[in-house]
Amino acid sequence: IVGLGWFGMQTVTLIPGDGIGPEISSAVMKIFEAAKAPIRWEERNVTAIKGPGGRWMIPPDAKESMDRNKIGLKGPLKTPIAAGHPSMNLLLRKTFDLYANVRPCISIEGYKTPYTNVDLVTIRENTEGEYSGIEHVIVEGVVQSIKLITEDASRRIAEYAFEYARNNQRSSVTAVHKANIMRMSDGLFLRKCREVAEGYKDIKFTEMYLDTVCLNMVQDPTQFDVLVMPNLYGDILSDLCAGLIGGLGVTPSGNIGANGVAIFESVHGTAPDIAGLDMANPTALLLSAVMMLRHMGLHDYGNKIQTACFDTIRDKKVLTKDLGGNSKCSEFTADICRRIQDLD
Amino acid sequence: MAAHSAVLSMSKIINPFWGGRLGNTVKCCTLSSMQLITYEMLMLQPPPAKYGGRHTVTLIPGDGIGPELLNHVKEVFRFSCVPVDFEVVHVNSALESEDDINNAITAIRRNGVALKGNIETNHTMAPSVKSRNNLLRTSLDLYANVMHCQSLPGVQTRHKNIDIMIIRENTEGEYSSLEHESVSGVVECLKIITRNNSLRIADYAFRLAREKGRSRVTAVHKANIMKLGDGLFLQCCREVASGYPDITFDSMIVDNTTMQLVSKPQQFDVMVMPNLYGNVVSNVCAGLVGGPGLVPGANYGRDYAVFETATRNTGKSIAGRNIANPTAMLLAGCMMLDHLRLYDYASMIRNAILTTMNETRLHTADIGGQGTTSEVVQSIMRNIQSKGPLTTDL
Repeated sequence: IVGLGWFGMQTVTLIPGDGIGPEISSAVMKIFEAAKAPIRWEERNVTAIKGPGGRWMIPPDAKESMDRNKIGLKGPLKTPIAAGHPSMNLLLRKTFDLYANVRPCISIEGYKTPYTNVDLVTIRENTEGEYSGIEHVIVEGVVQSIKLITEDASRRIAEYAFEYARNNQRSSVTAVHKANIMRMSDGLFLRKCREVAEGYKDIKFTEMYLDTVCLNMVQDPTQFDVLVMPNLYGDILSDLCAGLIGGLGVTPSGNIGANGVAIFESVHGTAPDIAGLDMANPTALLLSAVMMLRHMGLHDYGNKIQTACFDTIRDKKVLTKDLGGNSKCSEFTADICRRIQDLD
Repeated sequence: MAAHSAVLSMSKIINPFWGGRLGNTVKCCTLSSMQLITYEMLMLQPPPAKYGGRHTVTLIPGDGIGPELLNHVKEVFRFSCVPVDFEVVHVNSALESEDDINNAITAIRRNGVALKGNIETNHTMAPSVKSRNNLLRTSLDLYANVMHCQSLPGVQTRHKNIDIMIIRENTEGEYSSLEHESVSGVVECLKIITRNNSLRIADYAFRLAREKGRSRVTAVHKANIMKLGDGLFLQCCREVASGYPDITFDSMIVDNTTMQLVSKPQQFDVMVMPNLYGNVVSNVCAGLVGGPGLVPGANYGRDYAVFETATRNTGKSIAGRNIANPTAMLLAGCMMLDHLRLYDYASMIRNAILTTMNETRLHTADIGGQGTTSEVVQSIMRNIQSKGPLTTDL
């Protein structure tokens, strides 16, 4: 929770991104203005540049802005195929040590999927695990990938998960693992989760195998609350849960780093085919911005904006194309702004 | 292949009455030219029926609901006069020594075919005590885990018309059980992908797709992150795909796959993947068609075959309460009968199961009904009696 700054306004670094990024970012800014949220936006670009020593890094003014403001909102970033630099998401993650990826998945009334009443949060360890990138060719035709699990990272993510559960009035945390097969690595992760759970007796702690979670998730997702897991399982499960509520176009996401840094983002692609045509759906970025408000302690504004957004979708009168309607992005945004003003 | 069974199979080839469905793949050869035995013949040979036309199959009850469900399988088989005898081998999962599982493996080597329940892995024991199920699979080199998920008309699910075959590499990948703690607090777990095994499983997938008349094979991977490991797997799949031009091949990243599975599962046909993704995808698909109680699974190796439920659950919480769904285990038994080439018995029992599921609609609690396990089994046996040729008294 970050305290309010000068004049009660909090500055947030905004990274519009590529493709439909700029238009959905301006939609979010308009909605925040209508809600009179105490947020001041500082726009920055994070296209990778080559720093001293030949290492790729994000521009220094972007880094300085993030370090100062601590909170960021990011649109979709293009990962060029033959650019030579690593993916931008990877670069941001390394630069700010973003160790926790949080994805709340809540069913959106009005956007019907086969699954109803989904209300769960996936918290994924984002720095190590199967994505450590350590691979070797041992002999011709035999490849080994190393999955790294450390005590510190496991403890850190478990602590974050329980803190999140407590701050957001969640009743249970489930650790997802495969300790029957990966005895030492997932065993270590599980032990750390159990240790941290001892300090949070008000929250129920359970453990479940990855396959059991997958099996139960597609049959009855309402039984899950907060899920915490290592990197690969988190990647698969968070996308699975996004699929339950309607896909990446309506799913918010937040990355929490060490030193209080937090970057909230939309996880869909840049959609270059509809960029600039006022057809984009700003819901994912908007819900991520709502997550950001809650992280900053501004729950009232967050709830107001979320209610207005869900009401607009439930009403079905001005939906963008991907939600099944044929309105423009600006019309969708204007409708949400109107509802916010009506709520006041 | 053991010399004993090779000699027996040779005698079968020479026997002019051998053949039947596979007659056209037989090459006539003499005892001195065993090299002429084609790959197809070696693959499709079931273990020979030793005495009086009866097969012996190893039965491993396992833990949880395994013992009771396998008892029901024995009951149904005896009722239908299936010529199969079960050699029961118990594996105690609470013991640290590996004698039990080694006995089971020896029994399976002897008989060639097994039907098993899931053996529990107590992960509070030391990490050197490895998963018994995994030990079984790797020792017998059961490299292909095959699962066929089909929507059943009598079961209520959110998605309809699902028909997916999942072929999962069963011996390597993340399940290599190679872990070490190099520094205190830092654990490394090795995921091994080899060219040979990837080619083998891809070849199995394409051959199965062709045999079943399927048009599309999708490889599931995460090669954008694990460039060398999954990259090798994908490359092997592509190589094999080039030899099957009649079958479309495409690939999909695993997180996108799970998202597509919960929104549009009808787009998938045959899927092939390494071990861990197979675990996730097969459980998701089993959940989509109605749950763990409905889908049977098979583990095939070059010489052995082990049949079990697809999602390999122990079901501790429902053990002993007569509420478990016997369908998956019974269908696994039917798959085993198909493997032993006792096709008539297999289809008789399978039809009875599907009739109970779809027409009589006698369902257990996991698919929303109120029947008990014994009621479902009795209904299946009544069905067999009314339609089958010869049964013992009910």
